[in-house]
Amino acid sequence: MSLYARRLWLNRFNLFVSLLATAFGLFWLAWILWTLFDAGLAALTPAVVTQMTPPPGSAGGLLNAIVGSLIMAGGATLLGTPIGILAGVYLAEFGREGWLAPTTRFVNDVLLSAPSIIIGLFVYEAYVFHAKHFSALAGIFALALIVIPVVIRTTENMLRLVPDSLREASAALGAPQWKVITLVTLRAARAGVVTGVLLAIARISGETAPLLFTALNNQFWSLDLGAPMANLPVVIFQFAMSPYDDWQKLAWAGALLITFSVLALNIVARVLFRSKTSAY
Amino acid sequence: MPAPATANPAPAAAPALSREKVKIEVRNLNFFYGKFHALKGINLVVPERKVTAFIGPSGCGKSTLLRTFNRMYALYPNQEARGEILVDAQNILSPKQDLNQLRAKVGMVFQKPTPFPMSIYDNIAFGVRLYERLPSRVMQERVEWALRKAALWDEVKDKLQQSGMSLSGGQQQRLCIARGIAVKPEVLLLDEPCSALDPISTARIEELISELKADYTIVIVTHNMQQAARVSDYTAYMYLGELVEFDVTDTIFIKPKKKETEDYITGRFG
Ligand SMILES: Nc1ncnc2c1ncn2[C@@H]1O[C@H](COP(=O)(O)OP(=O)(O)OP(=O)(O)O)[C@@H](O)[C@H]1O
Ligand SMILES: [Mg+2]
Repeated sequence: MSLYARRLWLNRFNLFVSLLATAFGLFWLAWILWTLFDAGLAALTPAVVTQMTPPPGSAGGLLNAIVGSLIMAGGATLLGTPIGILAGVYLAEFGREGWLAPTTRFVNDVLLSAPSIIIGLFVYEAYVFHAKHFSALAGIFALALIVIPVVIRTTENMLRLVPDSLREASAALGAPQWKVITLVTLRAARAGVVTGVLLAIARISGETAPLLFTALNNQFWSLDLGAPMANLPVVIFQFAMSPYDDWQKLAWAGALLITFSVLALNIVARVLFRSKTSAY
Repeated sequence: MPAPATANPAPAAAPALSREKVKIEVRNLNFFYGKFHALKGINLVVPERKVTAFIGPSGCGKSTLLRTFNRMYALYPNQEARGEILVDAQNILSPKQDLNQLRAKVGMVFQKPTPFPMSIYDNIAFGVRLYERLPSRVMQERVEWALRKAALWDEVKDKLQQSGMSLSGGQQQRLCIARGIAVKPEVLLLDEPCSALDPISTARIEELISELKADYTIVIVTHNMQQAARVSDYTAYMYLGELVEFDVTDTIFIKPKKKETEDYITGRFG
């Protein structure tokens, strides 16, 4: 076989194998989505967004869980985003020398890949155990601990994509470093940083384990941050495991809601990222 | 240290040079990128309100020398300059030198255009706002003045609110020049400012340089011999990190003292 024919054959073989792998992955994804839509759409009634979670065996909705999830995801984002952006700015703009930045980067990477149940356990040990009761605030802390490393990582990466020539150009005008960062580099990386935040929100909106140890659940309507609070993931977990038909239906509806919002966030993130980064 | 500026003259300083008022004086400057010795014992004076050109083959250290004048290199931890650079008789390499103050006085335009991610108007107002609080009408006048000077006004006057990055490469470069002069520095460092420009814009920029030298001290790096000959009053020829010859531009181009300079200028280099 000539060299050329062998390369051609190898190329076809590789293409075939990668297509096969892609199809394998897509197959399961499609199946999951199909099951979800099949069962979820049927359960998605107006009651889902207007009524509270019901006691076992009766009909109801998910309103308190939806609102609880929004509050906790929102709180965690508000808490985690500034910390994450500031730390990311430190790593990208000041972390060129010394030992602190590499260490922070390493710890952050560990945190980024830590199983979320460990974060739940940590907040349980460090906060819930001492406060002696589960609370929405503890849930917010746990989720924020997931948001922070994601935002740090994306902020640093996006700032590093900003060419040094832009920093030089603004420094050459005599701009102090904080102005260079806030008015020029962060602005140039804005779309990427926002994308990171959106992806972090998408990531926490389905987290169950950290909430199980912190916010737990609440069958009733509650906006009290110091008390347990209902939230979609834990409700889904509880309802899906139950033998009651009504509860199982609601679990499907909740799962579909989360999937929709994560999908929407991902799409927004992609559109933002594509339209804004093309300039660089 | 009471020694007069002329006590340690630049190599072969021409008589014409000693009559000029000195804006920048470089004394025994050595520059290092980490261990790499990029500038070796440079001595040079840049006269006030004149155009000084740096010429020489690629990699000889022209940009490096230019970037010491506003201490641009200080952004990078492993770059270091040793020696003295006096701007208005003050050593700017001293650790006490305030960098932002220095850069307000010594502006710079880079080889590649670097518009900021903001509107054309704000690109220019950005620098001005660092130093002056102007009422918006005065700011508008300043922006227009700078854009006119950089020969860009007619092309952008109807779209000042558009992003600076939506301009063509040559327009972006003129925007950067406008940004540099809008803050009214005393010295303007130009690192191959025309390499991305078409002949018409280049001619306009050269005109601008001649016009600006009434008020500013200008140092320009260029690979274009004709440009150096056209716009500059003094020319420095550099080679491998050393200053080979520095003199009145006409002398450098008509009868240089060193053979290396002559070879480079006549294209017999290499
Ligand atoms: N950031 C850097 N790190 C290490 N070495 C550098 C760096 N920048 C430049 N140098 C080296 O310093 C020397 C002088 O570079 P410089 O950029 O000043 O040359 P130049 O005369 O401006 O060349 P050109 O005409 O191509 O712009 C070169 O040998 C180059 O390789
Ligand atoms: Mg250069």
